[in-house]
Parts: sequence; structure tokens; C-alpha cells
Amino acid sequence: MADPTWRQPDMQQNAPSSEPIVSLRNVQKSFGPLRVLDGVSFAVERGEVLALIGRSGSGKSTALRCIDRFEKVDAGEIVVCGHRVDRPDVNLRALRQDVGIVFQSYNLFPHLTIEQNITLAPCAVKGLSGSQAKDLAQKVLAQVGLEEKLHAYPEQLSGGQQQRAAIARSLAMQPKVMLFDEVTSALDPELTGEVLKVIEQLAADGMTMVMVTHEMGFAKGIADRIVFMHRGKVHETGAASILTSPTTPELTQFVGTGNLKS
Amino acid sequence: MSLQLDFPAVLERWPSFLAGAALTLELAAFATVLGALFGTLAAVGRGTHNALIAGACKVYVETIRNTPLLVQIFLVYFGLASLGLKFSAFTVAVAALTINVGAYTAEIMRAGFEAIPRGQIEAAEGLALSRLQIYWHIILLPAIEKVYPALTSQFVLLMLASSVCSQISAEELTAVANYIQSDTYRAFETYIIVAVLYVILSLVMRAGFWGLGLVLFPRRRRLGTPL
Repeated sequence: MADPTWRQPDMQQNAPSSEPIVSLRNVQKSFGPLRVLDGVSFAVERGEVLALIGRSGSGKSTALRCIDRFEKVDAGEIVVCGHRVDRPDVNLRALRQDVGIVFQSYNLFPHLTIEQNITLAPCAVKGLSGSQAKDLAQKVLAQVGLEEKLHAYPEQLSGGQQQRAAIARSLAMQPKVMLFDEVTSALDPELTGEVLKVIEQLAADGMTMVMVTHEMGFAKGIADRIVFMHRGKVHETGAASILTSPTTPELTQFVGTGNLKS
Repeated sequence: MSLQLDFPAVLERWPSFLAGAALTLELAAFATVLGALFGTLAAVGRGTHNALIAGACKVYVETIRNTPLLVQIFLVYFGLASLGLKFSAFTVAVAALTINVGAYTAEIMRAGFEAIPRGQIEAAEGLALSRLQIYWHIILLPAIEKVYPALTSQFVLLMLASSVCSQISAEELTAVANYIQSDTYRAFETYIIVAVLYVILSLVMRAGFWGLGLVLFPRRRRLGTPL
């Protein structure tokens, strides 16, 4: 990457920090009578890529959404970039400046051009001038290979392009950690490939990432660590190699059901 | 049975007709702008988590939508008078029309707000935008775009309904017509002319809203697709 402008200055140091960027400790969360998270703990170190995998309903998306406080936890501790996310008095806007999130359904703002989608938050939240923000938009769009779509509206883009634009929009806020919530689940295999390539490049540049994914081949290739969730618990965790030699019967069954391509 | 129409006898009063039409348009313009603001605030209020504000907005909307405009106008007119406050008929008319159209605007805007996908708001929250910024940058214009035809029809209806302001002697088009027909004894001709003038005013307003739409919705101007 020629110009990794989204990096925080301190991200370029390779010295491992003592504090993890994201840590969940014994997190509990119920929707009504349904216990979705039943004592979930994991941590993400600086520069690490963590893949959350598991069946639908295993709680992996909820766990991810708790990190950015789109869900409030019932009990347990979540610390993200120094923010105590589990506390009611957490400064949400400060937290969300440190955390970027990309959704399955892109959620670009349909009435704004791609450039306006990207420049809105840097101008409104960080107080960048219009010309600074426009330069930034060009840089992040170049990172995802969409320079020529600056003035297009979201509906004029393919699903893969919209998702890459959504990633660029998050990058423009220069987050310290990026969350990806099944970002390729709405895309066909070809478009999935172009989005995964962008994420791979981010990983290579040292971005800290937590991703919920059903792309086992991709998770195996990119993730430093895998967290396999089952019935609201972290059932098995370890390096990417656990996908090829799982120890629990549940993960064996999960990766054996044709999920692991390549 | 023979029908004899004498338009010249009525048309020689054209300056009065024009003045009346101008005042009708002025009433409609003021009430549209104020009612749009007021109604949008009421729609936001109905959506807040504050039960008191949401309840007050609901009572306002339901009260206005279930009472006749003429009664509302009299309530404002005589209500202010009995408080010892003196306002011109025009001011009272604008106030009453604003209160009336604000309630309908609130319901239409609420529909627009509810049509914004939840994911849009989550994406905006994820980018650390404040609640106010989310309303302003993410919700407001798309909501207006989604309900624009209903909204503009409501404002044209308001202009037509302003004819009942003749009852508190605001000198708008219908009030002028009432004077002219009692002067000339040419009621049928008078109201034919008034009807034509209302049609023209409606077309003027619709053209205005069409132009405003081009300014407000650049995406639609460029792509022509619904949001």
C-alpha cells in the first residue's frame, strides 16, 4: 500500500502494547428469555485479526455488536481502546471514533454520493475542512480501488463496490479497530472475492480487525486467531490451524459440513 | 331556462380579485413554511423516548386532525381576543393554518421517518455522528423525499382550505369574492372566476414544489429513481 493514510501514528510501531485493543470478559446477554451470550471472553491484540465463526444463532454477531455497543450487555466487562463499553456512562461517540464497523447490508447513505458518504463523518465529527475531507475520500477510495466512483450514488454501484465503499467510509474515520459483520454474506462469490481482497490488504497493513464470517477459507488464510462460538459460548479458540485439526466434536462437525473450501 | 352570464360586470373588479389571490398565496406560503417546521418538530417529538413530549405531540396531532378547520380558526381568533390580545386577521389566519397543517405534516413526516431503514441510522451511529447530526444529515432529506408527493398535496390543500379564513374577514380570495358578488349581484360569474383563480394558484404551488424538489433531491434529479 503506497499511502496507508488511515493508520494511527502509534499503529506503525510494532512494539506490542500491554493492553489488548478489545477485551471481553465473561460477557452475558439475553434477548428476553433467550441467552445469546453466556459468559463470552476473548481479547484482540493490536494488529491482530480475529475471526468469529459459528452457526447462525451462536451469538457471534451479537458479540461483535456488543464491542461497538449496538447491544448493551447484561453482565461482564468489555474494554475497547480504553473505553469501558459495559458501563452505562461510556462516551459512545468517543468509542465509535476509535471503532469502525462494516455491516452485511453496506448501509451506505442512498441520497449522498460516495464522496459525501465518506466525507460526512470526518467533517461533522472531526471537524475536517471540505478540501481536507475530499483529499481523504480520494485516498481511502484508492485503497479499496474505487477512485472513479467518487461522484456516483450508491445505487449505481454493484454490491461488491458498495461494500468496498462502506469500508472506505469507515477507514476515513481512521479507526483503531475495524469490525466486520458478515460483510460478504449478501454477495455472490465473484463480488465476495473483491471485498475479501480489500480486507486482506488491510490486514497486511496491520489493521486490528474482528470479523464475523462464514468464509472459512478466508478466515483460515487471514485470521491470526479463530474464535468458534457455540450456544453463546466460546467453544474452541486457537490459531487458524484449529480449522484443519479441530479438537471439539462441534467444530469438527462445523468445518466438516462443507464450510471449509480450499 | 336561460343562462345569462355577464363576466365584464365582474371582471372590472380585477384589481380586487388579484389582491385577494395574492393574499391567499401569501397566507399559504407563510403557513406552509411555518407548518412544515412545526410539523417536523412534532414528528420528531412523537418519536422521542420522553413520554411527556411524545404524549403532548400525539394529543396535538389527534386534536387537530379530529376538529374542523373553521372551528380551529374561531378558537384562535376568539381565544386570543378573550385574552385581550389583538392581532390582525392575517396573523390569526396564519397562526390557525400553521397549527392545522402542522398536525398533518407531523403525521406525514412520521411516516417518512419510519421509512428510513434502521441500518442507515446504525451506520451513522457507528461513524460517531450525534443524534442531531443523524436527523439532519441522514434522516431528514430522505424522509422528505419519500413523502414529498403527500406533503406537497397537503400544502396545496391548505391553500384551498384557507378560503374559510374569509369568516374572520381576512381579505383573501374568497372574502373578496363575497364582497364582489354582493356588490354586483353576479354570484355565479364571481365564483367561476374565483374557482379559475384557485386552479391557477394550485398550479403555481405545484410548479413551485416541483422546482424545490429539483433543488432538494439532486440524486433524483440525476438518476430519476425513487429512493
